[in-house]
Amino acid sequence: MSSQKRIAKELVECTASPPTGITVSLPNDSDVHKWHVVLDGPEGTAYAGGRFGLVVSLPIEYPFKAPAVTFATRIYHPNVTNDSLGSICLGLLKSENWKPSTRLLSVLEAVRNLLAEPQPDDPLEARIADEYRRDRREFDKNARSYVARYAKGPVKFDAPRGEPAAGEREGNGGDGGGASGGRA
Amino acid sequence: MDTDDDFMSAVSSEYDRQDSDNDDMSGVEDFDFDDEPDTFIDSQKEIGHRRKPAYDISFRVFQPADIQRQQQDLIHEVNLILTISKEEAAILLRHFRWNKERLIEDYMDEPSAVLGAAGLASNSASSPKMEIIPGFVCDICCEDEPGLESFALKCGHRYCVDCYRHYLSQKIREEGEAARIQCPSEGCNLIIDARSLDLLVTAELTERYHNLLQRTYVQDKETLKWCPAPDCQNAIECGVKRKDLDKVVPTVACLCGHRFCFGCALNDHQPAPCELVKQWLKKCADDSETANWISANTKECPKCGSTIEKNGGCNHMTCRKCKHEFCWMCMGLWTEHGTSWYNCNRFQEKSGTDARDAQAKSRVSLERYLHYYNRYANHEQSARLDKDIYNKTEKKMVQLQKESGMSWIEVQYLNSASQALQTCRQTLMWTYAFAFYLARNNLTAIFEDNQKDLEMAVEALSGMFEKSVTELADPQLKVVIMDKTTYCNKRRVILLEDTAQNLAEGMESLGEVASPSACG
Repeated sequence: MSSQKRIAKELVECTASPPTGITVSLPNDSDVHKWHVVLDGPEGTAYAGGRFGLVVSLPIEYPFKAPAVTFATRIYHPNVTNDSLGSICLGLLKSENWKPSTRLLSVLEAVRNLLAEPQPDDPLEARIADEYRRDRREFDKNARSYVARYAKGPVKFDAPRGEPAAGEREGNGGDGGGASGGRA
Repeated sequence: MDTDDDFMSAVSSEYDRQDSDNDDMSGVEDFDFDDEPDTFIDSQKEIGHRRKPAYDISFRVFQPADIQRQQQDLIHEVNLILTISKEEAAILLRHFRWNKERLIEDYMDEPSAVLGAAGLASNSASSPKMEIIPGFVCDICCEDEPGLESFALKCGHRYCVDCYRHYLSQKIREEGEAARIQCPSEGCNLIIDARSLDLLVTAELTERYHNLLQRTYVQDKETLKWCPAPDCQNAIECGVKRKDLDKVVPTVACLCGHRFCFGCALNDHQPAPCELVKQWLKKCADDSETANWISANTKECPKCGSTIEKNGGCNHMTCRKCKHEFCWMCMGLWTEHGTSWYNCNRFQEKSGTDARDAQAKSRVSLERYLHYYNRYANHEQSARLDKDIYNKTEKKMVQLQKESGMSWIEVQYLNSASQALQTCRQTLMWTYAFAFYLARNNLTAIFEDNQKDLEMAVEALSGMFEKSVTELADPQLKVVIMDKTTYCNKRRVILLEDTAQNLAEGMESLGEVASPSACG
């Protein structure tokens, strides 16, 4: 298969000289189509200090079809679904925008950039996007409380990620996490 | 061929101004150029000397060859004027949605900006070809074997031919993309041109590519639409704009014989406007009417609220669910009926009256709907049956020729009678949907008279049409059928003319279209 050579080369690129804050590993050495990536929350953002797991699935048709990238670690972010799926909205990965010459490295860097600069105008979580725009302090507080709760310690990829405990369910009613305390 | 001047009428621009507040187009018009040929609508008042019926609109049918030729003519013209290659001219025209004037104007101003925006290289490197370059490594598959054939557009982003092919077939076959396939390089927006594509892919894929391109020509132009009939490849040109659809019902007829609405592509639905048709069809398909039936035919258990249909028998109801016993008539407790069992004498009580009132109201609106729906459905069914008859008409005509000694031309009247039946039924069908939404006023009476006249004529003609061949051989019947056919067609025209005029003048108030729940 022609894609094997390309994937192998990309894997070497990513592991031999890993870019800042990005660690790539294969959960299963015989399957190069599934990557586990650990993303360090960029310094100077609400995500700093957090370690986020990303699952990268390369379709058989890769690189002609875009990889699928999802967060395995829960994250409070306008462009990532606030559920156990952790889907990401990234223009680069849409089929009409995907180019076969795009490297996974730039995909991962784009995800990391998304942490540094959320795109509230193209949200998956409208409420969080709204909060990001209107009340950055509240947003930062909520994002940090998520980091404290989910993104510390060893990164888990496959274990079902803990749903928030009862009464802490974020969304319209809650205030976005138990650690956030009372609203200002 | 007409010229654009024909489309420009003082009337249509007046329409434009009146309706500038109409906003349901916003999604569609994001690429709108204002100087497109304007609407064809000939207002019956202004252009008195060549008066045409208000319900009739101008349109033209284009066959695949016409569509191809139109594109080629435009490409050729731009190719000559701007001295760029035909492939580039095509890409530019597509970028400008085939608005030639706008393209030329913009290009003259800022050629490189226009080229860049359309996805063309502004340098004049020689046209792309396949090459074998020593030491080449394909950036997509990472192959580097010697003798690897590679290809690059004018941007110079070079990939092996296999990857290029794979990329193109993925775009064309799976994504149905043609006009906007870019160079595979990240961030490069150069569009692949038809000649490069022909170089790379198989003939089968090339054909699909060109088909897709052809489709974009029709899709890009607001004045063009495909004929929705199965297997028909024609396109119709019509100048009626979306925002005018509440005033005109633009029925067009393709060369294949299919009559449809240019506005919504559904079958001809004159005299009802598109929006009304949409609502009506939704209403008929919706469960809302089932709910209506339930509320008209059932009651709820006063205790647990379960829906109960009385299936005959006495008024003593026992809820299956909660075993509550009550009287169907007064909804009161059965035990309170005392000795007057099986004969409810508590009918006058308030709770009972309220329940009855609520039910009666629901019945009225249901019956009103059913009145129109049944007639609508009846004509729909009759139209289908008439079509069956039409299929038998030819046989009948042959038979008739034999039995009566009439010539082929002489029996053609049956064919026209059959055609008239079908179109009139189609119209009648929609008059009922139309009437359902029509607010009651003076015009309603005229409308209903027109409807009644047409309906009577159609039923009479339908009756004659079904007569046996021996009866049809009677020359007197032939005259009667011919007269009736003409009469039906005339009644239809009168009805359509009347409603179309009122619609255009905004006199037909379709009060309930805006709030369908009011009649549900």
